[in-house]
Parts: sequence; structure tokens; C-alpha cells
Amino acid sequence: MKSWMPFEWIAALRFLQEGRMQSLLIIVGVGVGVAVIVFMSALLSGLQANLVRRTLSSQAHIVLLPAEEVARPQVAGEGALNRVQKQAQRLRSIDQWQQLRARLEGWPEIAAVSPVASGPAFAVRGDASKAVTLLGIEPAGYNRVVDLAGRLAAGALRVGAGETVIGIELAKDLGAEVGDKLRLTGAEGQAETLTVTGLFDLGNKGVNARNVYVGLRTGQTLLDLVGGVSNIDLALHDLDEAEDVAQRIAAESGLIADSWIRTNAQFVTALTSQRVSSDVIRFFIALSVSFGIASVLVVSVVQRSKEIGILRAMGATQAQMRRIFLLQGGIVGFLGSLLGSALAWSFLMLWRMLARNPDGTPLFDIGVEPALVAIAAGGASVVGILAALLPARRAARLDPVVAIRG
Amino acid sequence: MADPVLHLEGLRKRYGSADTEYEVLHGIDLRLERGEFAALIGPSGSGKSTLLNLIGLLDRPSAGRLVIDGAETATLDDTALTRLRGERIGFVFQHHHLIPAFSAEENVAMPLLIARGRPDAAMFERAGELLGRVGLADRRRQLANRLSGGQQQRVAIARALAMSPALVLADEPTGNLDTHSADEVFALLREVNRQLGTSFLIVTHDPRLAHRCDRIIELVDGRIVSDRPTEVAAGRSPVEGSAEETE
Repeated sequence: MKSWMPFEWIAALRFLQEGRMQSLLIIVGVGVGVAVIVFMSALLSGLQANLVRRTLSSQAHIVLLPAEEVARPQVAGEGALNRVQKQAQRLRSIDQWQQLRARLEGWPEIAAVSPVASGPAFAVRGDASKAVTLLGIEPAGYNRVVDLAGRLAAGALRVGAGETVIGIELAKDLGAEVGDKLRLTGAEGQAETLTVTGLFDLGNKGVNARNVYVGLRTGQTLLDLVGGVSNIDLALHDLDEAEDVAQRIAAESGLIADSWIRTNAQFVTALTSQRVSSDVIRFFIALSVSFGIASVLVVSVVQRSKEIGILRAMGATQAQMRRIFLLQGGIVGFLGSLLGSALAWSFLMLWRMLARNPDGTPLFDIGVEPALVAIAAGGASVVGILAALLPARRAARLDPVVAIRG
Repeated sequence: MADPVLHLEGLRKRYGSADTEYEVLHGIDLRLERGEFAALIGPSGSGKSTLLNLIGLLDRPSAGRLVIDGAETATLDDTALTRLRGERIGFVFQHHHLIPAFSAEENVAMPLLIARGRPDAAMFERAGELLGRVGLADRRRQLANRLSGGQQQRVAIARALAMSPALVLADEPTGNLDTHSADEVFALLREVNRQLGTSFLIVTHDPRLAHRCDRIIELVDGRIVSDRPTEVAAGRSPVEGSAEETE
């Protein structure tokens, strides 16, 4: 008998120890439940983080655009024209973007600010001609918004004068390689011949076929936006704040601020519903685990009614009896959660071995976080104690006279 | 003189609800002095077990006074009753009722453990001493269900004495044992009574054992019909199995 343990702990542990088979079965039962929950949670958060990362690999968290131009009738009221034709939007610069940039760089939520001059252009090489999106960037700032340097398939990220970086799909379409030249023509007719210095692969075929990166200066010239930028791309420290921050910027600057949450609304909805459905599944697993614990303890109260009666006759109070059974529930939950976490960890190892890309790299990166294990252990213990409420009440209310005689 | 260890006045116990009510005990008056060694006899269904449960504070009377070792019990709540029971009363049941998951020593220490909340060395010293007294010093660490019937009952007696109770209630303590073990266990109870001055109230069907007590209380149909001292109390040594009636 360990000398530091209180009576209730000693009795709870001995009872569990004595009903070895029963205890073992229910602990394994809890373990399987916890394993599924932990595995599912790890898989889901890994999957979602991966999806979000892939989605955002070629996107800014927030894109700031100039406010739309609106046509206003000069005469209003009775007898005036009441049909106003919508104005076509032309490529314009953000007013005073340098000041705005300096201001935004001071915001604590914002990790990076990158001005971009972007617009339509044609890429021509020999007979091949492709419509592309031209992006004039400052590579240092832009890299912190979209990790272009990290996604290079060939060459280097160099966009000085007369240099360009294109996607691997476009390179294929144009038959271009690093070192080759291609000609870019803007919508207004400005043209420039550039040398391909690097090829990128952002994991999105459309982007790889469409985006053409040049220096900000070159971009401004080709798009006829001298000194201006068409949009400002932002990266945030916390992805989930994007919509909130976007609205604040829009309110303050009068610009259009599109967060990734808004531009990928369907995707975000899909993620949310995935999370909700997994929460529902987890809830029902926890429920069935708790019913399992409760049923085992109810049986145990019946089996041990005589011993409960004796303990009561020897001076054990109702509260002490109640605690003995609550503890049994908690201990079963806790041990089950440890077993479950170990199981989940092995599942994940197996998953990592089996789920691989064709090139042998892991499909996506998942792991069991210590926090998740701690939450599972705490949660399962609480569920165990809750499940033991009813059996514990029965044990406490057992009439010692009846219990001893029976 | 000090308070009696047990004092009952007009104790009644009724069961059932209003229209189907029946009374098991019809007003019991009884005094048990310190150090008394009394037998409670009577046919089955006479109310012996009910009376013992009331005295043992396992059940509450419907009416009447019940004073244990000077403590009025009528006003106590369940927790206080449980504490009083643990401290002042020891139980020896017919079927030993040890807890099989614990060793002999732990079973004996159990009332102390329950009362104090945590185990300590003194507790096990006391358990060892009591096991020595009942002749089981060498079985301290044995699990309760590995002992013979007689041994288990002796462990149960040691356990009943753990808290140095004023009163030990024994319900057919030898009912489940062969004659030899029964004599041994009975002799042990008597010895504890003489050496420690603990009072005993023993329910028994065995007239042979009853006559080896100081006093025989006979219960029939919920009433005490006779209450008399035996020859033992008069100072004569009992003759095994042939004690005469003293009426």
C-alpha cells in the first residue's frame, strides 16, 4: 500500500486491479475511441493546413485594389435619365501607395507588404503567343507574401532590368528554358524583350501557365502605370484574422480589400463543414466511450455491493464511496487515453509510410502534437468521471444492510 | 457508574407503507454495560438481525431512543452516524466479509484507513499487533481470499477491534465454521472481552455458545421475552455443551 495515497485512491485502484479482465477490456475500448479521435484530429488538421498552404502558396492573404470607378449622372431627380450605364474599369494605380505602404507596415497584424503592378500582357516566343498576367514585383517583399524563391524549379529569382521569371507550364507552352529570351507586349502596345532567369512551380497549373514575374519598374512600363501600382499584396501573421483586417483596411483607406477568406469562400466553407462533421463524429465517439465506461462501472457496483456494504459498515461515508467509483471512471479514462494516443501515433506512422506522393515524399505532413495528447488525456479523464456519476451515485446510495445480507 | 455502552428505550421498527405496514420490533428496552458479553437468541424472524442493524447504525429506528456509548443517535445525520459507527462499533459477520482485493493486514487496517484517510505506519503496526493477537501474525501479507474460513473469521475479529470500539456486534460469528474452528473463534472473542474490556453482543442460534456468555437475551416476535445472567456470570466455569438453565 503506497503511503501517500488517500483511501479512495487505494480502493479505486485495487478494485480495478482485481477486476483485471473487465478493466483491461474497457481501457482498450476507451483507447480505441481516443485513438480514432486523436488520429482523426491529427489527420484533419494536417490535411486542412496542407490545403490552406497549397491554396495560399500563390495568393496573398489580402489584396488591396483601387476603389471601382462609378459613373454618376450629372442631373438627378424628376425627368432626368434614370438609366446609368456601368463604367468599364481600366487599369489604374492606387493613389499615394507609398504612404499607404509605410502606414500598413506599421500594423502589428501585418507581416509583409508588397506593391505589385499587374495586368494583362502577351508573351511571344517564335510562333507561340500566350495571354499572360504580368506581375511587376519587388522580389524581397513579394517573397514574404508568396514564397516564390522557395518554389523555383530552375534558375534563380532575378527580376532586374530585362529579366523575367515564368511558370513551368508557360515555359513548356513557349518551349522556353532558363537563359532563353521572350517578348512581352502590354495592352497599350509597349513591348520589351526579356531573358528568362528562373522557372517556378507554385503547385497550381493555371498559375504556372499564366503568371509572369518581372521587376516592378518593368511592369510599370509595360502596363503603362509609370510610378503606380495596381494592387498591394499583404501577408498576415494569423491567417484567420484576414477578413477582419481586410475590413479595417477598407474602412480606413477607401480601397477594396479582398481577403483570401472572401476570395476562396467555397473552399473556406468546405473546410468549415469538414471540421463540423468531424466534431460531430468525435462527439459521438466520446459519447459511446462514456457509455462503455458507465456500463462497466454499473456492473462493478452490482458485483461489489457486498464490499461496498462492508466498507460502509466500517465507517466509509457515502461521499467516500462516491469518490471511489468516480476515480475508477477517471482512471479508466486516463489510462485509455494514454493507450489511445500511443495507438494513434502508430496509425500516423503507418499512414506516413503508406500515403506518399509518386516521388516518394510524404503526401502531407502530419504528426501527433503533445497538446493534442494532453487534451485527449484530460478530456478522456473528464468523460470517465462523468460516465461514473451514475454508478457512483448508486454505490453511495446502496443500503448497507441490504448489501451485506445480499 | 459510567454510561452504559448501549441504551435502548422503546425501540420500534416498522416496515412498509401506511396500509401495508407491519412492525418487526415492538418497543425494545435494553441496557448493556461496559465489558458485558451478551448473547442475543431467538427463532428466525424474531427480529434479531433487525435489532442488530439498528444498534449497528446501519438502519434507523421508527421510534424510540438509541444511545451508543453516551451518544444520542436520533438527531445525527448520515455522515455523523457513519462516523460514530466507524469509531465506536466493530462488526463481525457470519460470512467474514473481508475484502478479497486486500491482504489480511490491509483488511484489519481498513477501518483506520477509512477514518484517517491516508495510510501510515502506525496503522499497520496496529494491524500486525491485532493479527498477532488472533494468532495470524504469519499471514499478514496473504490475500484475504487465500485464508481458510476460520482464519478469515479471525481476521474479521481483528478488524472489528482495529478502532478499539466500545461495542462489538457479532452476527452468528461461528455459524459458518466447523465445531473446532467455532470453539476457537468463540474463545478468542471471550479473551478479547476479558483482556480489553470490550462489550460484545452476539447473535447466535447455538445454545451451547449462548450459555458460555454472561447474559442471554431472548427475542421472540419482536419482544424481549427473557433476559437473564448465565452461570458464567455467577462465577462458575461453564461446562462444555451441558450448561444448565438458570431459571
